[in-house]
Amino acid sequence: MSVTRLKPVDVVVIGVGWTGAIAARELTRAGLSVVGLERGPLRTPGEDFVLPGIRDELRYAIRQELFQDSSVETVTMRHARGEAALPMRRFGAFTPGTGTGGAGSHWNGMHWRYLPYDLNPRRHITQRYGKGAIPAEMTIGDFGIEWDEIEPYYDRFEKLCGVSGKAGNIGGRVIAGGNPFEGARTSEFPNPPLVRTAAGDIFAAASEKLGYKPFPLPASNSSRAYTNAEGATLGACAYCGHCERFGCEVNAKASPNTTLFPALLADQRFSLRTNSYVRDLVFDRHAKRVTAVRYVDTRSGEVFEQEAGLVILGGYVFTNTLLMLTSGIGTPYDPATGHGAVGRNYCYQTGAGVQVFFKDGAFNPFMGAGALGTNIDEFNGDNFDHAGLGFFGGSTIGVTSGGGRPIQHRPVPPGTPRWGSAWKQATAQWYNRSFGIGASGANYAHRENYLDLDPTYRDALGHPLLRMTYNFRENDQRLAAHSAEQLTRIAKAMDATIVSEPALRRGNFHVVPYQSTHNTGGTIMGSDPRGSVVNRHLQSWDAHNLFILGASVFPQNTSYNPTGTVGALAYWATDAIIHQYLKGPGALVAA
Amino acid sequence: MAGGREADATGGVKRRELLSAAFVATATGALPPVAARAAAGPSAPPAETGPAARPQAFLTLSPAEAEFLTAAVDTLIPADALSPSASDLGVVVFIDRQLAGAWGGGARLYRSGPFVKGKPEHGYQLPLTPREYFAAGIAAVDLWARTGFGRPLAALDQPTREAALHRLERGEADLGELSPRDFFEALLAITIEGFLADPIYGGNRDKAGWKMVGYPGLPATYANAVVRAKGQPFHPAPKSIEDFL
Repeated sequence: MSVTRLKPVDVVVIGVGWTGAIAARELTRAGLSVVGLERGPLRTPGEDFVLPGIRDELRYAIRQELFQDSSVETVTMRHARGEAALPMRRFGAFTPGTGTGGAGSHWNGMHWRYLPYDLNPRRHITQRYGKGAIPAEMTIGDFGIEWDEIEPYYDRFEKLCGVSGKAGNIGGRVIAGGNPFEGARTSEFPNPPLVRTAAGDIFAAASEKLGYKPFPLPASNSSRAYTNAEGATLGACAYCGHCERFGCEVNAKASPNTTLFPALLADQRFSLRTNSYVRDLVFDRHAKRVTAVRYVDTRSGEVFEQEAGLVILGGYVFTNTLLMLTSGIGTPYDPATGHGAVGRNYCYQTGAGVQVFFKDGAFNPFMGAGALGTNIDEFNGDNFDHAGLGFFGGSTIGVTSGGGRPIQHRPVPPGTPRWGSAWKQATAQWYNRSFGIGASGANYAHRENYLDLDPTYRDALGHPLLRMTYNFRENDQRLAAHSAEQLTRIAKAMDATIVSEPALRRGNFHVVPYQSTHNTGGTIMGSDPRGSVVNRHLQSWDAHNLFILGASVFPQNTSYNPTGTVGALAYWATDAIIHQYLKGPGALVAA
Repeated sequence: MAGGREADATGGVKRRELLSAAFVATATGALPPVAARAAAGPSAPPAETGPAARPQAFLTLSPAEAEFLTAAVDTLIPADALSPSASDLGVVVFIDRQLAGAWGGGARLYRSGPFVKGKPEHGYQLPLTPREYFAAGIAAVDLWARTGFGRPLAALDQPTREAALHRLERGEADLGELSPRDFFEALLAITIEGFLADPIYGGNRDKAGWKMVGYPGLPATYANAVVRAKGQPFHPAPKSIEDFL
């Protein structure tokens, strides 16, 4: 196949979602020439995300307009080594994005910081519960970053996005109304919280009655007009209830497209190439460098090789891991021996939900925002004593009023038939009189949960698909059951007419029902090159001019939505590139 | 996201509800009852099409498929005081357009082999596009109905048709290579989509599905209402995408 070699540039960024856009913006601002390679199309909010068509539940939520096209590339799944993996022929459990903005176009906007505990759980658990407390098969690790190091980057990303919320801890001073468990912040949220819904009021009252401290979920749904440091203006949220799976028509939901692209696309040093599907990275093992990136123009089939001094791998979790494997960079993880790093510690999330019904309720579920929620964190992280519980980690528990789009949102009481006049009657009766409370739970790494190349299935260009070997383990099942107990207790404190039995993620992982697009791991960060792919600056141990950004570097997954930490780490890593790496290219941490 | 959205619990059918549902369905058959129109109130315009209207031309459905789907969707969503029947709301037209379009042809569906029967947790694993799958499913159900009940689904009386769909739902039917449960789920899913998707797709005529649910549709700009109508019923007349053109 003929390959067209392109004029070298300073930096190639693979994927132009949150991390790629942040890196591109920071590096062009530092004076470098940057090419952004994006497998999907250009998405322009003012043209693509407009009324009335953007409010089309069938097109966006059901037929998956903004998601990665699974006919081109998907992943395969099996529950255990020794089984044959089969492809996810349609995305269901999770919904990766494509196009400029990536999944940051169609996310809900739940913009969390991790708990300080979440950054270094292995160290914390060992200190609190003893050396043997973590089971051998639970291969959790530490980010190796301290709270005070990462906090300024959380702050910066929140201000980019105009996050709406209420601080619970500024400079060590605990503030009523915020999350009392959060790490100390340097400043209040850039915008005040969104308007709390009637469901939020009921959840808050019930949890306060039980002694908990509810707080508004930090939302990248701007509660008022806001202009960030890039000069981009966000509109005020219209509470339209169309965040997740949709683009935002008023630009209130922070996305790379709204917060960064206006400045980035205006910069002559940045060049965006859409429909550019990266095949592999050209790796010079002896020089410990990536010399170029090969990609295919998906419209013409033409293959290009783009030479670059620095390569930023900023794709989704699956893309980052896949490209490391197909490019032969680093040692693939082998669960039989525990050796190797690429593909290790793939994690997802656990969860539980309870539906409550109030005969005289009026919740107007269609008025909402993706991150309009009220939460408690008493059962999150290590905020509660885990001695004797048989699991580590926890859940953030709350109610979210994300919207009432009726194809997907049709709560009916337990025992209702699924069709016929009785179903119609129950749907009409309860649609406006019910809401769900949910627990989003951590998923800790397990020796047998990992990613590698599928030996059988291929993408549209003939390259191997990524194979997921994954199942919920004992820690996950116990954590979900514990969270479900808390949900039920809170629900019963609400004086609801009907409280459903908790729906838990238990049994085998199932690829069809949506759970969360919070996949993590595969190219994890760590202090030991034998068990990690990147160092604490997100620099590859094997190629010093390669930095990997995104949730693929998380050593395990917490209960929270990952984007806040993904963005903070992108700023953290690009700061290291600009202030350390460019001054003396080489390994920033001695192997 | 929080897991509450997934919590719609289902379970055994309450006998009383089933009996009342069967009674309504039997009493009205496949025709939209006068009662349903009357119950919709004086503000509701007359149904755009009814059994007396011109025959519907289809893009891809054969006459037999259209008859099957009309019978099936009207069993799943029968006419009653809450809404006209699914077919009177255009749900068969919706299905026809969906199957004739990109989705029906397999857009966004990974279609490389080998095709292996997996666990239920692997989801759909057949080599068929949605169009081909519905063709195969309809043919298989009709063959099973002929064998067990002596006639195709559309020719069964309403109680027998309900019983047949319950058996499919519970997996108590021999559809050869196809899983009766999976086909039932596909049929129910596309019926509900047709009932509740924006009317621009041909179903949910006169926004009757949205009216039944209490969903206001567009433009969905609630910055004021989220404060003003907090905790109070809020029922503006629903609007569709086409109402904004």
